[in-house]
Amino acid sequence: MPADHVDWLRREGRIVIVGASLAGLRAAETLRAEGFAGELTLIGDEPYEPYDRPPLSKSVLLGKASPHRTELPHRREIDAKWRLGVAATGLDLSAKRVKLADGDEVEYDRLLIATGVRARPWLKADEARLDGVCLLRTRDDAADLYQRLKAGPRRVFVIGAGFAGSEVASACREMGVPVTVAERAGAPLVGALGGVIGAVAADLQTENGVDLRPHVTVTSLEGDPVGRVRAVHLSDESVVEVDVVVVSLGSVRNTDWLTGSGLGAGPRGIACDAGCRAFDFRGIVTDDVFVAGDVARSPHALFGYQFLSLEHWGNAVAQAETAAHNMICHGADRRPHLWMPAFWSSMFGVNIKSVGVPPMGDQLMITQGSLAERRFVGVYGYQGRVIAAVSFDNTRWLEFYARQIERGAPFPVEFPTMDRRPEGRQPVAADFPDPSLPTHGPTVTLTGYSPADQQLVFHPARH
Amino acid sequence: MTQAPLFHQITDFANRANPYPLYEELRKNPVLHEEEGGPYVFSSYWDIEALLHDPRISSDAANLAAGDDELSGPEATGLPPSFIRLDPPEHDRLRRIANSSFGPPHRPRRIDNMRGELGEIVTGLIDGFGDARQIDLVDQFAYPFPVTVICRLLGVPREDEPRFRAWVDPIVAGLDPDSRTSAESQRTAQEARLQLGMYLNGLVEQRAKEPRDDMLSDLVNSHGPDGAMTTMEVLSTAVLLLIAGHETTVNLITNGMLTLLRHPDILQRLSQDPGLSVKIVEELLRYEPPVQIVPQRTNITDIEVRGVTIPKGSRIWLVLAAGNRDPERFTDPERFDPDRGDIQHLGFGSGIHSCFGAPLARLETQIALSELARRLENPRLVADPPPYRQNAVLRGPRHLEIAFDGLRQAA
Ligand SMILES: Cc1cc2nc3c(=O)[nH]c(=O)nc-3n(C[C@H](O)[C@H](O)[C@H](O)COP(=O)(O)OP(=O)(O)OC[C@H]3O[C@@H](n4cnc5c(N)ncnc54)[C@H](O)[C@@H]3O)c2cc1C
Repeated sequence: MPADHVDWLRREGRIVIVGASLAGLRAAETLRAEGFAGELTLIGDEPYEPYDRPPLSKSVLLGKASPHRTELPHRREIDAKWRLGVAATGLDLSAKRVKLADGDEVEYDRLLIATGVRARPWLKADEARLDGVCLLRTRDDAADLYQRLKAGPRRVFVIGAGFAGSEVASACREMGVPVTVAERAGAPLVGALGGVIGAVAADLQTENGVDLRPHVTVTSLEGDPVGRVRAVHLSDESVVEVDVVVVSLGSVRNTDWLTGSGLGAGPRGIACDAGCRAFDFRGIVTDDVFVAGDVARSPHALFGYQFLSLEHWGNAVAQAETAAHNMICHGADRRPHLWMPAFWSSMFGVNIKSVGVPPMGDQLMITQGSLAERRFVGVYGYQGRVIAAVSFDNTRWLEFYARQIERGAPFPVEFPTMDRRPEGRQPVAADFPDPSLPTHGPTVTLTGYSPADQQLVFHPARH
Repeated sequence: MTQAPLFHQITDFANRANPYPLYEELRKNPVLHEEEGGPYVFSSYWDIEALLHDPRISSDAANLAAGDDELSGPEATGLPPSFIRLDPPEHDRLRRIANSSFGPPHRPRRIDNMRGELGEIVTGLIDGFGDARQIDLVDQFAYPFPVTVICRLLGVPREDEPRFRAWVDPIVAGLDPDSRTSAESQRTAQEARLQLGMYLNGLVEQRAKEPRDDMLSDLVNSHGPDGAMTTMEVLSTAVLLLIAGHETTVNLITNGMLTLLRHPDILQRLSQDPGLSVKIVEELLRYEPPVQIVPQRTNITDIEVRGVTIPKGSRIWLVLAAGNRDPERFTDPERFDPDRGDIQHLGFGSGIHSCFGAPLARLETQIALSELARRLENPRLVADPPPYRQNAVLRGPRHLEIAFDGLRQAA
């Protein structure tokens, strides 16, 4: 591509961003910060200016923050055309047009897709429609759930003990609302952090008065004659009477609108290269379509070039910045998105943070603190190297472990660390569930082939 | 002419007024070890930042290689080390208990609620300049202000200041790495800590019987999930808070006013816009941090930094003030620029020992500087550089004479 094309693009090109939330906004700001002077359009199906989601399952549910006051702060003027409250419904790659639900079409020279994910709904549609069956992804969801919690329900039922479900349970307990949590796996957070840490999370929940039901699934939701949910039926044949059900079964990537577009988009997200350029369905990189945030999946050198989908706030920001930068610069100035994955959560008064990719780990070592005190750092190992770390109320050490991951430090961790207890001297199995079993909300999805896992035999077609 | 080792030049009082050229020298050799048994000196931002988060680095003097620890180890009659000289899990437990009476989640507004009170103290002190047209900022303002505040917060009678100052001075002198070599000054410091602890013990006993709304009462009566502090732990914590609660803020305020007087355009902006004080204080913490060096760390195992192996038990100095002006980290680091957007300085340290009192120090300094800027008419330095305190770690002017044309009315 001639260099002057990029110069022209920066001066007067048209950039369209679909998905006006965290990644979309940060990308827009970066484009302007890096000197993009052309026309910028942000398309978002929610009727609101970009807002922050993490508070929705934390302070908003506790009434400590209004769901209407979680707007993301603007870091600079972006001078954009906002198309809010209208969904993108299609993409014409060759004509470079985005189709909108209201019939409009918007042309672009460069497109950024940041449509994120949505909450996976309850699988039986008629039951999902019962009054009191809630999801938690948007501001409206949070406002609704908060009102229901405030009304003092007899009992809330949370389906799925991933991060989001566990945070909801925590909010319920803090508000004095009885809550039951059902989880297919043996403990909360196992998909994200494995069974050893999951057991700690389980204690945390039960000690805080959560009625935790591991190893069960919900078989059906029962309504009353006027269509309000009133009971939950479980695979162990038990029935729990409730007023509110929060379905917290992980997420679905917002890629439906791209069906038939020719982009490499599907239920696992949109594949892109390390520079955030989307692949088409043939695996060929596009040069004018970029992806960022929860909807993206991209290869990461630190993790064996696995394609990672990270439902992490920090990833959305970092990837948006990289995508925006790469959208308006010459090939040689492009940067790879090699962000160190980092995720935080807080529940039952405990701060949880992870770096790296815990679900890739097969072994775990508690290098600082102790599981029993629920204050510790756990290090995950994979094939002899440090691949991730998690902390409970010990966030300040994680930077160190992030650097260990970056340099592929050996595992087990042989050197002494402060506050190493006897339990932390030997690695144990991290105890992740069989990846073929569905668990919700691991927040990281590994979807590539691991280089260690090259059973794939490739037979090129002969002409 | 033979040059003294760099780390001796830093502690040498002759270089106190402007150590920054020495720090620049230091950064040329980011892992500096000049003398057998001497410290490993770190001066690059990223190295310091990494070491502050490294679980192989200890703050407990007992982990120093033999020979060094007898100086700072608790003596039979001494107070136990405060949490600043402890490692997890003890450090975490004591700091959490202390924090439960100071900050979030238990007392999220304790500091912010002091805003009005801080303003009144500042107004009172400035009014107290009276008709004078020249003041010593240190003695008349920068010292009495934080002392009054920490006394109120802890519940220590302000009138006792002359008494406890006699103990505070030798304790602070004991922190100066120059006097580290002198066992004598270490003993004096230990003795003074004990004396100060005994003085505070009187107050603590009283608060155990009749609790008030102050931190001493909270410390003696703590019954959180971490249990209670022992009396000795209460005393060493109180000694720490009393000293750290003012010794550093004095310097921050004084360094701040000195810097502003050297940058009259910014002083002028501040006098119009008190809100600018937030950015100014952050930049000051980078540019002239009150704690210049953390000289009290050691490694519990051999570690490697930039290819150099630091043997277990070495003395480690983290020169925060050098890291804060590291050109690998900050653009134009030698410039005082409150408008810089990116400011993740090391002024309050980082990691588990990052400054406990940071929210208070920030607020005090913001209020102090914006009020001084607003009320002093045409202020100017009488001597530049001013005379400095002896200490290389807690660095700041001993006096700061300021002349001005008059006082504007209090708001
Ligand atoms: C309740 C909750 C709590 C969380 N807590 C944490 C946490 O503690 N820590 C953490 O690291 N992360 C947390 N996250 C995750 C974090 O919020 C996400 O990683 C982040 O929001 C991703 O940003 P994004 O812009 O990629 O996607 P999103 O925020 O999902 O934004 C995508 C936007 O695109 C819109 N959109 C979708 N399809 C279309 C279309 N066809 N046309 C137009 N617009 C469309 C969506 O409606 C949405 O507004 C939490 C998320 C939730 C929901």
